[in-house]
Order: sequence, then structure tokens, then C-alpha cells
Amino acid sequence: MIVMIAPFLWMALSAFKSEKDLGASPTVWIPDEWTLIHFEKLVKLLDIGAHFFNSTLVAVVVTVCNLVFCSMLGYALAKLNFAGKRPVFALVMCALMVPGNLMLMPMFVMVSKMGLIDSYAALILPFAAGAFGVFLMRQFMTAIPDELLEAARIDGAGEWFIFWRIAMPLVKPALATLAIFTFLQSWNNFLWPLVATNDADKYTLPVALATFAIDPTKTNGSNGVLMAGAFLVVLPVLLVFILLQRYFTQGIATAGLK
Amino acid sequence: MATTTPSRRGVPDRTSKVRSGAGAGTGTGRRRGPGLRRDRLSVQNGPGWLFSTPFLVLFLTFMAVPIIATFLMSFTEFELRNVADPFSAEFIGLENYTRLFEDEKFLTSLFNTFYFVVLGVPLTVGAGLFAAVLLNRGVGRMRTVFRVGFYAPVVTSIVAVAVVWRFVLDPADGLISGLASEVGLKSPDFLGSNVLAMPSLIVMAVWRNLGTAMVLFLAGLQGIPTEVREAARLDGAGIWQEFRSITVPLLRPTMLYVSVMTTIGFLNVFEEPFVMTEGGPDNSTLTVSLDMYKEGFSYFHMGYASSMAYVLFTIILAVTLLQLRLLKDKTK
Repeated sequence: MIVMIAPFLWMALSAFKSEKDLGASPTVWIPDEWTLIHFEKLVKLLDIGAHFFNSTLVAVVVTVCNLVFCSMLGYALAKLNFAGKRPVFALVMCALMVPGNLMLMPMFVMVSKMGLIDSYAALILPFAAGAFGVFLMRQFMTAIPDELLEAARIDGAGEWFIFWRIAMPLVKPALATLAIFTFLQSWNNFLWPLVATNDADKYTLPVALATFAIDPTKTNGSNGVLMAGAFLVVLPVLLVFILLQRYFTQGIATAGLK
Repeated sequence: MATTTPSRRGVPDRTSKVRSGAGAGTGTGRRRGPGLRRDRLSVQNGPGWLFSTPFLVLFLTFMAVPIIATFLMSFTEFELRNVADPFSAEFIGLENYTRLFEDEKFLTSLFNTFYFVVLGVPLTVGAGLFAAVLLNRGVGRMRTVFRVGFYAPVVTSIVAVAVVWRFVLDPADGLISGLASEVGLKSPDFLGSNVLAMPSLIVMAVWRNLGTAMVLFLAGLQGIPTEVREAARLDGAGIWQEFRSITVPLLRPTMLYVSVMTTIGFLNVFEEPFVMTEGGPDNSTLTVSLDMYKEGFSYFHMGYASSMAYVLFTIILAVTLLQLRLLKDKTK
């Protein structure tokens, strides 16, 4: 347990240490003097606010899109009978197994051809509908009793109304799980945003941190600044996770076992 | 057809007044006879496709097309100049693939990837199972604390985590060198050593991924009926025996899932070496994904990189199928 959280503690504490404590031997855990100097330097070096905004915007839009699109298909697969349903389901299952890196090169070519490099669309569209979400939503939609939907149909409700007003409220826990999942995944996504953005203005938080971490001249080799950066990237996600960890672990367990 | 309002045969369609003009109910009455599956659901092509379309459009554009395109690109000499006009790429048949297996750098990256998987996956699965069994044995009110502790590395950005670990392993003023100096030892330069760099990345990957394995195992463990355990205990089974003859066999499906998912993830390893070592020193941590990224986006040999992507994909597919087979057989 200590081993598990030690790196986080070390990071959090180091972000507030003075240079003297950072280089001290034997290791200083608790800073002798607490300082915000690394955060000040960081803000000068990176436009943290902009990267934070990029990450948040992309993650929110991706999450909303996934909730809507994946639920729609999940509902269709679970509760509607239509020609082509089996092939569509097979397609989703196959997509679950394809590693994301496989599509990297042509996706880059495609997105550059569309003129979308350095745009939010490039960061959002490829992730707006994930197979995992469909799979998860289908599982939960299947549990809704057919009688309920049939009754609504008899009462004359349209299929869209039934989906939106009857099915969706019934799968709220699943939606919460999918939302947390997608949000975190998008927030932490790295390879595609790295490829799809050249303009530092459009960097998401992890990309900004990485480009910054790889080039030691930018930080003058100061670990303190890097720890401050890592701290800011990790903190919001960790807080969200701690607050919602019940949904989260439940979601993995459900998705993993079915 | 925007809305369809299927109604049962014989039931007056009340909506027709309200929604006159909207699509007429398709597929009513085409209810299958008893004995066929899904006879409860009527065929509703209209809404079915309507609900599928947004996903399918995005999916086909951003997944199916690129998957096929990667395949085609892998037979061409696709360079930076071709990005503007993809169809100008020269077709070179299997040349990329034959070149790959003479490319020492690629063979090194293949070796490194396997090294990472062969050591990393069993450690992750083992540690995850161990943590889950411990946690399941009652840490009582500490459960949430433990769950958060084990799971925190999973939810945080790999880039941030890698940056932190680079500092932890720093030979000058890192955490480990500090601890080592307190007992009078000198810490090696983990990431600067050809021999130690990869094991260091593996340790970090295990630390990062065991939370996922643990949560899945925990869910599996909670699915084992307590009666089975109690019966075993009454029969005089010790802790180890209970673990071996009850827990492990009943956890097989979870084990299968966890090892397959971990293996797929580890075969794709990219961020760890990218941020921590950039593949060095001397390519000792260059993985296939990283090699592919470098070829494709640093040198713009995108055709060549595409053939790497497909070799990796084929390996992943083969390993997954092999695992499914091996582990399934044992359950019989």
C-alpha cells in the first residue's frame, strides 16, 4: 500500500519543496520550507489555463457524444429488432479488440486532408463514439423489461420518446459509469492529441506536460517544476475519482464480467 | 422515416391522429411465431437504423476506413509528400514487410515488447490477484482507502505518472537514490542503463496496471458463494488449499479476461518508454509502438510504419487467440 501511494506523495510534496530540499541527501520528505516557486515558474513556461481548458472542453464534448450515441445504438441493439442488427453487433465486438494505434497513420492523413489538424474537431470526432460504450449500454438496456416499452408503444409513444424518456432514466447508473470512464480516458489520452496538434495553443494538458518534460532545457533540469506540472495534471482527476470511485470500480467490474 | 409508431395488431393506433404525416408504422404484424427467439420484439427497421446511424457514421469514418487504409498503406512507399495526395503513393507490394524482418531496430523493438509482456503480464496479474485476495479477506473500514490507493495509478495520466517515476528513479536526487544513500548504498542510474532501463519500466507498468486487475478479481471473488468457502473450511482446508482448489478454479473466467486484456495493453506499450527514455539507451526500451510512432511521425515513413502496425496487430490477434485457447482448455 505504501509502495502504491509513495510516488504520489513524493510528487505532491516535491512540488512544494525548495531547490535545496529537492537535492538534499538524505532525502527530505516534508519540505523544510513550503514554496510555490515551482508553480510560478510553471505558469510562466506553460499556458496551463489554456491547456486545462482544451482538455476539459474535449473531454466534456467527447463524454456527451458517447453518452448519446452509444446509448442510442445500445438501445437499438437491446430493444429493437431490425435487419442488419447482427452484423452491426458483430462490428462493435470486433472494434473492441482493435488496438487504437493501428489507425494512427491514415487517421493523421485523413484529418490533415480535411484540414482539421490543430482543431478541436480533430481531438473530438475520432473518440465521439466508442465501441466499449455501446457494449456497456447494451448490457444495461437489455435489463429493461420489454413490457414497459411495449406499453409505451401501445400508448402511442414514438420510439425516440421511449428511448429518451423511459429507457435513459432507467439506466442512469450505467450512464454515470460510462461518463466517468470516457471523461478520464479522454483527459488522459495522449498519443492522438500528440499527433493531431502542432500548435501549442491546442495542446491538451498531458501533451503539454510531455513536450515540456522531454526537453530538459525548458525546465533547466528542475524536477520541482516538473512535479508541479504533474501535480496539476493529476489532482483534478484524482479528486473526481475519489469522489466517484464507487461508480467507477462497479463499472469496471460490470463491464469486465459480462 | 422519422418516427414510426408500431402498434400491435388489433390495437387501435391512437397516435395516427396526433402524428398524421409521420412515418407509418413499419414492421407491425411481422411478429415471428412461437419458438423463434426474440418473438417479443417486432421488426422495426426504421427506428433501428435511425438509432444506429450516428454511431455507425462516426465509426466507419474514424475506425473502419483507417483500418483498411493502414492495410493498403502498408504496401506502399508512403512519405511526407504523399500526405497531400494519398493516391500518389507508390505501390511496392510486400517490400515493407520483408524489410521489417531485416531491420535490426525493428527486431530489437519486437524483442523488447515481448520482454515487457513476458515479465510484466504475469507480475501484474499475480500482484492484482494477491491484492484482491488480501482486500477481500477483510480490511474492513480501510477498504475504500485501499481501493483508492491501488486504483489511483490507473486513473491518472500516464504522462504525469511517467514524469513522477523519472524523478523517483533519478540517480542524483530521486526517491530511491535518497533511500539507498541512507543505508550507505549508491543507487544505479536505472534509466540510463541498457540492462536496468527495461526492468524499471516494467516495475512501473506493474504498479500502474495492477489496480485494474485487482478490481476485476475483487468482483470475481465476491461472486464466489461463501457457502463454498465455508464447506471447504469445514473439510479442513487451509488458507493455501482453499486458495488453490476453490479461489483459483472459480476465478478462471476473470483470470482469462484479465490476462487477455493486460496482454493486449502491454503489447501496445507506448507512453512509458516515450516519456521516460524515448526508447533509449541504445534502443534498449524501444517498443514496437514507439518504433512505429518514430518511423511514422519523426521520419515520415508512414507506409513502413503501417506495416509495423499490422505486424503488431497480427501478433496481438495471435497471442489473444492462443491465450483464449490455452486458458479455456484448462477449465475443462
